[in-house]
Amino acid sequence: MLDAGTTPLVQVEDLKMHFPIYTGLFRKHTGDVKAVDGVSFQIMAGQTLGLVGESGCGKSTVGRAMLRLYEPTAGRVLIGGEDVASLAPEALRKKRPTMQMVFQDPQASLNPRMTLSEIVSEPLDEHTDWSRDKKLERVYELMDQVGLNRRFVNRFPHEFSGGQRQRIGIARALALKPKFIVCDEPIAALDVSIQAQVVNLLEDLQAKLGLTYLFISHDLSMVRHLAQKVAVMYLGRIAELSPSKDLYARPLHPYAEALLSAVNEPDPELAARRNRIILKGDVPSPANPPKGCNFCSRCPKVMDICRQVKPDLAEVEPGRLVACHLYEPKTAAGSTGGPEAIELNQQGVNQ
Amino acid sequence: MADGAAPVLDVRGLKTVFRTRGGEIHAVNDVSFTLRPGELLGVVGESGSGKSVTMMSLLRLLPAPPADIRGGTAMLNGRDLLAMTDAELRATRGARVGFVFQDPMTSLNPVFTLGNQIMEPLITHKGMTKRQAETRAVELLDLVGIPDARRRLYQYPHQFSGGMRQRVMIAIALACDPDVLIADEPTTALDVTIQAQILELVKELRQKLGMAIIWITHDLGVIAGIADRVMVMYGGQVVEQAPVKELFANPQHPYTRALLQTIPRISGERSERLKVIEGQPPILTGPLTACPFRARCEYRHDACDAANPPRRAIDGRMVGEGHDVACHWHAPAKAEMANA
Repeated sequence: MLDAGTTPLVQVEDLKMHFPIYTGLFRKHTGDVKAVDGVSFQIMAGQTLGLVGESGCGKSTVGRAMLRLYEPTAGRVLIGGEDVASLAPEALRKKRPTMQMVFQDPQASLNPRMTLSEIVSEPLDEHTDWSRDKKLERVYELMDQVGLNRRFVNRFPHEFSGGQRQRIGIARALALKPKFIVCDEPIAALDVSIQAQVVNLLEDLQAKLGLTYLFISHDLSMVRHLAQKVAVMYLGRIAELSPSKDLYARPLHPYAEALLSAVNEPDPELAARRNRIILKGDVPSPANPPKGCNFCSRCPKVMDICRQVKPDLAEVEPGRLVACHLYEPKTAAGSTGGPEAIELNQQGVNQ
Repeated sequence: MADGAAPVLDVRGLKTVFRTRGGEIHAVNDVSFTLRPGELLGVVGESGSGKSVTMMSLLRLLPAPPADIRGGTAMLNGRDLLAMTDAELRATRGARVGFVFQDPMTSLNPVFTLGNQIMEPLITHKGMTKRQAETRAVELLDLVGIPDARRRLYQYPHQFSGGMRQRVMIAIALACDPDVLIADEPTTALDVTIQAQILELVKELRQKLGMAIIWITHDLGVIAGIADRVMVMYGGQVVEQAPVKELFANPQHPYTRALLQTIPRISGERSERLKVIEGQPPILTGPLTACPFRARCEYRHDACDAANPPRRAIDGRMVGEGHDVACHWHAPAKAEMANA
């Protein structure tokens, strides 16, 4: 915990995950689904990065490719200084205990024929040569940590509620004392009153064990609660990567702005006052993304350049990375800075 | 909305039980509510709170057995839905009451074209010819904002995105100009930006068509933006009912209040720690003899174990018309709210 927040534990550089499309009689390779197309970010030790976006934007694929559950097409994933993306199989196996995952659907990710103790100790069977007693001791310790009653140790998943099942999933992820955990929509399948229980548990564990999280979610208000930094993804690319408090106070990327405005606040007064940005249409297919900026087909502030050139993720304000032409310094005018460029554009939209 | 007008739908004392091998599950316990013309009634609750089963019971959409509607009346414009013959009920479903289900993927038939599915109720209920039904179907698709409607009519559900499919479901539900539209978690399976589109559409449709809507959801955020009145359900019964602004500004039932505090906000001060409702929702294996929320309630008291509290109006109006709550302790709760 000493180095919390100062050194990155996880560094992702230009991660790409393309899934090939084969068509026709001879299964010819005719294209790629670019699920993740050049994503870079860092996560400081002991901190949480929120990864948000709509379904199909590639956020889960990022998490899975980082842990080598998929073989990434390109890019580097440094976890504790080692490049996971290029590790040889045996070295990767040795690395696995440091990086774990909590899955979305606790019903589907727990084997219905295994008891709680079998599920939670399976990683220990795989990665340690401990005796049975020692493993059971560790299972009890984990059950205490995640708030499961020790009496449940021989029960099967169907005997637990959704929230308890997610606790089992968390206990399993913690079994090998990992440093980094990818939480892939861990609360999406739970009821509102149970979500808070699991989120508080994740926070407690982070504080106690110094864990680093990648928290993947479509629930923007929960991400605001949990994460220090948030990356907003759209169609395989990061649109904006900002400190949480800046992003929620003033989103810079038009997509981030629209996404935040679409969130329903439980407050009728606010709902009546608020101006929603309603995006037209649907997310394009990642097999055939638009030329230029991925968001250009739905962007309310689209310009000509957006349809031609893909914007790069660049720092537009201290600590805030945005991939949008609105914030690029205009080279033609020489010294024209970002803010003036925005003004120009908004006028363009209003006309 | 239209206070005092005769209700379109008046449900009283509805009780539904599921008979299972492990005993009876009392899913809906003495639920009463009214729906006024042009009103949007939000129904909020967690899974298992009985919100969907209540609405399915009204149209007898639940397989019986195991479902057994034990009692109650549901007057739709003066006729009791629960006393109808099967033939009468068939003439009502789809024609007088439209239903939109949660998952647009599974509620459309994948082997029929959309046109086919939109025209079906028009031909069955309205006795339209195929040609008339086709014209109406195009109008309906236009109404729900599907571009290029005529061509889309001949496409299959898999050729539509999730949001588009939900628009189609709404078009089908609206096909026969129903008096009541029941929407069961219609936006839950959708992404936020698509959800925003559908909510906007529903607001538009209400202005144009003025029908009464029952909107079932677990999302208080959605309710805040769309409902006129809200009914909170827990343990198969209505625990609180109030106009939407009143409910959010002045929640009375400990469950409603806790629920509002467990959700983090997107604006305002970030809470250091989320408030938690400890424990699990109850399993309703018998008739309720005590408050269903007592095990998770901060204000639990002897009275809560002794009797299931009835709904009581707290603003001097009739139960179901103003603000009512089913809690033995709504008064102390109120006092504490004032202090906070």
